[in-house]
Amino acid sequence: MSLSRTIETPEISGALEPEPAPRKHVLDLDDFSREEITEVLESARGMKEVLGRDIKKVPALRGKVVVTLFYEASTRTRISFEEAGKVLSADVINMSASGSSAEKGESLLNTGLTIQAMGVDTIVIRHPHSGASHLLAKHLDRVSIINAGDGLHAHPTQALLDLYTVQDKLGDLGGLKVVIVGDVLHSRVARSDIWGFAKMGAKVVLSGPATLMPPDLMRSSGSIARSPFASLVEVDTDLDRAIEGADVVMALRLQQERQNAGFLPSIREYIRRWQVTDARLERARLGAMVMHPGPMNEGIEISNSIAHGGSSVIEDQVTNGVAVRMALLYQLTIGAGLES
Amino acid sequence: MPERQIMNQEDVRRALTRVAHEILEHNRGAEELVIVGIHTRGVHIARRIAANLAEFEDIEVPVATLDVSLYRDDNRVRSQSQTKLQPTDIPMGIQGMRVVLVDDVLYTGRTIRAAMDALVDFGRPQQIQLAILLDRGHRELPIRADYVGQNLPTAFNERVKVRLMETDGADEVALILEDLDVEEESPEESNKEQEA
Repeated sequence: MSLSRTIETPEISGALEPEPAPRKHVLDLDDFSREEITEVLESARGMKEVLGRDIKKVPALRGKVVVTLFYEASTRTRISFEEAGKVLSADVINMSASGSSAEKGESLLNTGLTIQAMGVDTIVIRHPHSGASHLLAKHLDRVSIINAGDGLHAHPTQALLDLYTVQDKLGDLGGLKVVIVGDVLHSRVARSDIWGFAKMGAKVVLSGPATLMPPDLMRSSGSIARSPFASLVEVDTDLDRAIEGADVVMALRLQQERQNAGFLPSIREYIRRWQVTDARLERARLGAMVMHPGPMNEGIEISNSIAHGGSSVIEDQVTNGVAVRMALLYQLTIGAGLES
Repeated sequence: MPERQIMNQEDVRRALTRVAHEILEHNRGAEELVIVGIHTRGVHIARRIAANLAEFEDIEVPVATLDVSLYRDDNRVRSQSQTKLQPTDIPMGIQGMRVVLVDDVLYTGRTIRAAMDALVDFGRPQQIQLAILLDRGHRELPIRADYVGQNLPTAFNERVKVRLMETDGADEVALILEDLDVEEESPEESNKEQEA
């Protein structure tokens, strides 16, 4: 896991030099400046207006081809990329590992080169191995790569839609307290969210069983203490304490197989100590919002009444995901015209 | 780069006063009228025209805003920030309305083409008219303005810069002479430049 290394990169203020060149890939949020994130969120607002029209179609990416290349199961991410591309008039081709030549043993790189050779403009990739999207970005020179989740590493578009959702409801992200609850250790969503929220000036508190917290964040003398995030990210395994005064509470999916792997004594204990419930939410700030990247295990990491209650913005997250992905697809495709 | 002032603050004010009167005259009032400003400076000019209409005839004409980026046929950018969208906001709808499109400079006509494509996605207006602060010529499409603040024949190697109080702290239109040896720009590119 590359967490400690990544987090030490001191690019947090990220005031880029005047007029940065257009971005080619979206691999993680660690190379996004605060300004760039703000721009994406602003563009997403414009895209959301398009989604609210009677005729949800604009010609922006006519004649462009987007391939979604998914080596892992996904509902919302793949569909939302597909919708995003189609609303922008791109042609979207969906490819999943099963049923493709990946099953015959073709390597990721060769699959990527094949897709590139077909004249595709953008590849959206999800892969169980961390770094898969970086590999493609490094070796393919004629396509843009968007990371839709790589192993335990990053899920930048999810983090951007989370930022958008919070900003949409609460305004400025600076100074907010964001509590991320659950299996942070195995969560690429949490990792990208930490980057995103911290860069935007929010305070991130991670809570959950100590076995599921990233070890380098647990050590007070560890890398985190020296990192620019030291004052922005902290770990508190006691959720009742961590949730005090929170503006945002994000529950992560608990993969049940973690219990078998010895990370948890029992699911029941997890529910008792870390489930996001009405009682716990009362300790948060009034009007605090509850998020979940999906898919949910209702009744485990989040109670049924919270999941569908008034403080939940889980469905907004899904809607906003389409707008944010439209903004990214548009930006990468239009920006790519500059180089040719 | 040498810069020459074409319109000062008073010139801009008088031009927009006249344009507002012409809109009223042409439409015999402001019934079913909606003013749509094209981002960025067209929006501010649209608001000023609406303010003039309110002053002259005591009528409130709705102002809408339009970002045409998603409809352009010359989508090439020079920097990250140019991929940013600005809010399109047409709260009243345009079905059956007389739409007055407003922009700062009319040049190749490609922005206006994109704007008309965008507008018809929101409904079928009764009519689309075009008001422009400055027409600098060099059209690449069969498009002309109904209301023109000022006509200014220009050369390809000249750039027009519109500055407005709202965005630039002063009202002014200036002509900038580009050094031809250094950079040869196609009309499309300098059109992009104006909008940056």
